[in-house]
Amino acid sequence: MLKKRIIPCLDIKDGRTVKGTNFLNLRDAGNPVELAQKYVCDGADELVFLDITATIEKRKTLVKLVENIASKINIPFTVGGGINCLEDAEAVIKSGADKVSINSSAVRNPKLISEIAKRFGNQAVVLAIDTKFENGEWLVFVNGGSVSTEKRTKDWAKQAVDLGAGEILLTSMNHDGTRTGFAIELCNLVCAEVNVPIIASGGAGNLLHFKDVFENTNVSAALAAGIFHYGDIGISELKNYLKTEKINVR
Amino acid sequence: MIAIIKYNAGNSTSVKNALNRLGFQSVVTDDKKKILNAEKVIFPGVGEAGSAMKYLREKGLDELIKSLKQPVLGICLGQQLMCLHSEEGNTDCMGIFNCKVRLFPNTEIVPHMGWNSLTKLNSEIFNGISENPDVYFVHSYYCEISEFTVAQCNYILPFAAAMQKDNFFATQFHPEKSGLIGEKILLNFLKL
Repeated sequence: MLKKRIIPCLDIKDGRTVKGTNFLNLRDAGNPVELAQKYVCDGADELVFLDITATIEKRKTLVKLVENIASKINIPFTVGGGINCLEDAEAVIKSGADKVSINSSAVRNPKLISEIAKRFGNQAVVLAIDTKFENGEWLVFVNGGSVSTEKRTKDWAKQAVDLGAGEILLTSMNHDGTRTGFAIELCNLVCAEVNVPIIASGGAGNLLHFKDVFENTNVSAALAAGIFHYGDIGISELKNYLKTEKINVR
Repeated sequence: MIAIIKYNAGNSTSVKNALNRLGFQSVVTDDKKKILNAEKVIFPGVGEAGSAMKYLREKGLDELIKSLKQPVLGICLGQQLMCLHSEEGNTDCMGIFNCKVRLFPNTEIVPHMGWNSLTKLNSEIFNGISENPDVYFVHSYYCEISEFTVAQCNYILPFAAAMQKDNFFATQFHPEKSGLIGEKILLNFLKL
């Protein structure tokens, strides 16, 4: 049977892992390659690296980091953050990333999704959506969650999948960093809309939250950052727990 | 030397990295002489069957691969292109394995993406591997079960997760992305 995936996410700034609350107040959380190797040993099913560095030399440093990760990591990984054009995606995938994650750039230019999908296959395109519940609707936000758009999340998810997105990384900004559990209702809303794997993100705080999201939604994977980086929950501990709770994990 | 076949649908970097970690020198190449003279040949693949076959035909690599006598390992799209025909792009493939490649029915999430377990292991490339290992898959098309199937997996329906015929080996999953188990499978192939 296909296993539910546990995915640690590493936010990278200037080559270091960082973590904030509600997208703000970044704190240093370690060397990304060392952390990644530790997660692999602990049983992570995949890794996501999101580069939030904003410099002109960014692509060069990112490519170096991706090459370094790819030479050491023997499970699939996704790279995102500042993939603005096909050439960015190409640079990262050729350096060894299995998938790229695109967010604001896809909202600005939805054709980017089909361009990357055509070149590398749908499975290589992860559409990341940052979304916030406002006035009774889940709406899409861009630029690291700082700018609101008119798009409804479920409409955007559907459009992106039609364009070739192979997976959706769905982050609830209301839940991110709060450790109060995943956005169950949001996951169900988007799962009902599209037929590609959904990765739930934002809000993981304890073991029960992972069980909840797998039992009460149809998501394929759950992603978290802070709780893993600071050692609040170990990945092997989490997977053992999920196994005893009859959740199908590796 | 291990040759990794270079073409327009490759995850050759990942395969090369995996071989490096195992201590094996490899070269990513479309040079026929280098491929013919390699000790082992790996035929990776992430991409679309129709355009990949077209490219291989134009370069004459399809005939070359079929004619190889050393151990050859097809991975993912590589396995599918070694079959008779694929529904993806409705293309004839190399026909090393006399079976067809079909699109998964849309009753579950497609692609089949993630870790899934193998059953009915029956090849030396699985030597020393526990009974139902989890390996990493990502694909929307699958190879039908046939006399060449040497491992099965179940997603929506049972399909061929690995195949073998003479010197030709193939896996639908990605051993280069399947952690320690994947490395063991690669190592078994490299030591054939």
